[in-house]
Amino acid sequence: MSERHRRRRGGGPAFSCRRVSGILLRHLYVLRRSWPRLLDLAYWPTIQMILWGFVTVFFVQHSAWVAQAAGVLISAVLLWDILFRANLGVSLSFMEEMWARNLAQLFASPLRPYELVVALALMSLIRTIIGVTPAMLLAMPMFGISVFALGLPLAAFFANLLIFGWSIGLIVSALVLRLGLGAEGLAWVAIFALGPLSGIYYPIATLPVWLRPIAWGLPPAWVFEGMRAVLFEGTVRIQDLAMAGVLNVAYMAVAAGFFLWTCRVARDRGLLLQQGE
Amino acid sequence: MARLTLTPAIIVSHVVKRFGALTALDDVSFHVATGSTTALLGGNGAGKTTTLSILLGLLTPTSGSVTVLGCDMLRQRYQVLGAVNFSSPYVDLPRRLTVAENLKVYGRLYGVRDLKGRIAELAHELELSKLLDRPTGDLSTGQRTRVTLAKAMLNRPRLLLLDEPTASLDPDTADWVRSYLEQWRARTGATVLLASHNMAEVERLCDRVLMMRGGRIVDQGTPRELLDRYGRRTMEEVFLDIARRRRRAIGAADEEGG
Repeated sequence: MSERHRRRRGGGPAFSCRRVSGILLRHLYVLRRSWPRLLDLAYWPTIQMILWGFVTVFFVQHSAWVAQAAGVLISAVLLWDILFRANLGVSLSFMEEMWARNLAQLFASPLRPYELVVALALMSLIRTIIGVTPAMLLAMPMFGISVFALGLPLAAFFANLLIFGWSIGLIVSALVLRLGLGAEGLAWVAIFALGPLSGIYYPIATLPVWLRPIAWGLPPAWVFEGMRAVLFEGTVRIQDLAMAGVLNVAYMAVAAGFFLWTCRVARDRGLLLQQGE
Repeated sequence: MARLTLTPAIIVSHVVKRFGALTALDDVSFHVATGSTTALLGGNGAGKTTTLSILLGLLTPTSGSVTVLGCDMLRQRYQVLGAVNFSSPYVDLPRRLTVAENLKVYGRLYGVRDLKGRIAELAHELELSKLLDRPTGDLSTGQRTRVTLAKAMLNRPRLLLLDEPTASLDPDTADWVRSYLEQWRARTGATVLLASHNMAEVERLCDRVLMMRGGRIVDQGTPRELLDRYGRRTMEEVFLDIARRRRRAIGAADEEGG
């Protein structure tokens, strides 16, 4: 069937930036109107940064390890917040549609599920930037620590954590779609299960030997090791970043596949019609 | 009355939908002529909303086939969804968004050209101009019904599916909505399939009626044919006969046999 014929019948292109922008617009309208939501996005990362800032001030005087690189704790907490916010950015945007009983409207429209995935990921990027930027900027005047001192690798750390956050967010969204809004708490807690294995504040070598292979199977472990290498040794471990990238491709493929498969299951079981508060 | 053409807009063939042990639709088959307004009538749990959901691609049938505007809904859903739209009291629009914002969002999803002009046109037709900047959640039921109709008309659908379009509306607003739907259909020649409990609405708007009970089509025909077949004066009486399994007409098809 020709593209022209398909458009005439109402099909439209297989991927449409306009449809993706429609979903983005829907969430931006909500954010724009609600200053408490904007405040909520930035509140926790900022509080975390302030708390860990004072811990850093204390440890710099009492810990030789932290004193070698004063920014290690604050950088770690800010990078962790990128992962956390990226995950929430996807899952909260998706659950917003469920709370609004809007899923059936979306799935009965020409919007493809993979376009929804793209829109959720972009919305997550926007939410993450809004959430962590104030904390990153405040850390400079308050504690004299700049996460931007990580240099160019910061962009690679950011991208890897963002993509892994999307993967977790998509899996959580799929589970909430499958299990109902009773499972919405997963959006907040699921990511914390990975915290101890990610080596946020300590090297992976700290973990018991049997846990280390599991940790190395997670992109954040490579990112946080890479961060410490930059801060302590001044070296950029390209192989660590590459490992995180490869793992992220695999996680994202599995997560997107799981989300799209769950959408099919939802059509089969009538889940798109049963959502709401 | 809009002109009817020979090619059906909807062909439902031997559709079965099961949810575990529950059979929601049991070998349902029917056609809806292009340009017609057809009613799906039946009591609660008869299978009307399930049927509409399958036609929208929100549910996949367990077996059977569904063709909408010439496309198989299982394999070619996205080739036709841009030409279909719907309104249902069971599905909301985001309440925090204003009416205009909701229409802009859905206009993008449906690829509406000259969206600004289209929204202004619909706001005029559906008397929404003064409501465009108000949050959808702040509107009355009647106002919200008009907004969901505007969303349903945004893409100038060739097939419009309406689930209880006047449910919860006062008689004045319900009459206004019916008049609008009559005019719209006469103007556009679009096909309409509506599920309703309101018999007066069905008699007024519909060329044909599909009667459902227990997930099956138990009778069908024009309102006049059904009135004659059951020897009744109103569709409400016909509805009660079917809901209570009474058959009055001589020569009516055996409802249990389909």
